[in-house]
Amino acid sequence: MDEEAGPVVRPYALTRGRAHSSADDMDLIAMVTAVGKTPRDPADIGPEQWRILDITARATSVVDLASELDLALGVVRVLLGDLQDQGLIRVRPPAQVAPLPSERILKEVINGLRAL
Amino acid sequence: MAFAPSDEPVALKILVAGGFGVGKTTLVGAISEIRPLRTEEVLSDRGVGVDDVGGVETKTTTTVAMDFGRITIREGLVVYLFGTPGQERFWFMWDELSYGALGAVVIADTRRLTDCFPSIDYFEQRGTPFIVAVNCFDGAERYEPDDVRIALDLDPEVPVLLCDVRRRASAKVVLVTLVEHALKTLTASQR
Repeated sequence: MDEEAGPVVRPYALTRGRAHSSADDMDLIAMVTAVGKTPRDPADIGPEQWRILDITARATSVVDLASELDLALGVVRVLLGDLQDQGLIRVRPPAQVAPLPSERILKEVINGLRAL
Repeated sequence: MAFAPSDEPVALKILVAGGFGVGKTTLVGAISEIRPLRTEEVLSDRGVGVDDVGGVETKTTTTVAMDFGRITIREGLVVYLFGTPGQERFWFMWDELSYGALGAVVIADTRRLTDCFPSIDYFEQRGTPFIVAVNCFDGAERYEPDDVRIALDLDPEVPVLLCDVRRRASAKVVLVTLVEHALKTLTASQR
């Protein structure tokens, strides 16, 4: 029932009201990886951001992060922007993989789908 | 023997478009694990001529509840399926979704064929490879793919196929057809 009603806390409360960050244009399927550096001031890092650093010990897409944390995409982008500004994560946009994925990858996808 | 190191996964994006209630979520669910995604999109300054209130950010947000699907082809190679929001007020999401997309499946319902016109226009204009999958609803009259092609005024190279989005096997054929089409488009552009 509560889920239907939506979150009790307004979504951007987590970002101290900020709706924008350096990660505004971060693609949905950009891959985020924690670089394993210790934050300069650990007090600057909120609990959700610690979770992000935890999860992205293995490269994780922005969209999987939002789903996993059950946070709105816009909120996740602000949190990621902070981490990016502090040099704690590396973000690889899909453009470095796509726009045009290689023929080899596509053939692999076709075979993989057939085998599902 | 992947070229990408195992810690740098490759992610591909496929869009599923079409009119409201045409079966987009059903298709995604038939072939992949559906995961919920909340988007509280900030509408300010995505629009035109929004006042700059310097520092005070207007948090005009709209909630778009979206689903997405994930298919793991192998460790390090994942395909994401995104249903594009059907209603017109969510058009702003489309550019974000379609950037870098491998291609799109446009689902058509022969009883409301005009509903997929906006999707087709959009992908044609952007040059995104797409196919048209005609969802065979119970009780709807059957049409041949070629009839649909003519009715939609599609280019001859755009694949059109009949499908039942509830069935996994059918959803699989739809996706394979799209990726094959994208591959053909890719190799043609390299020639």
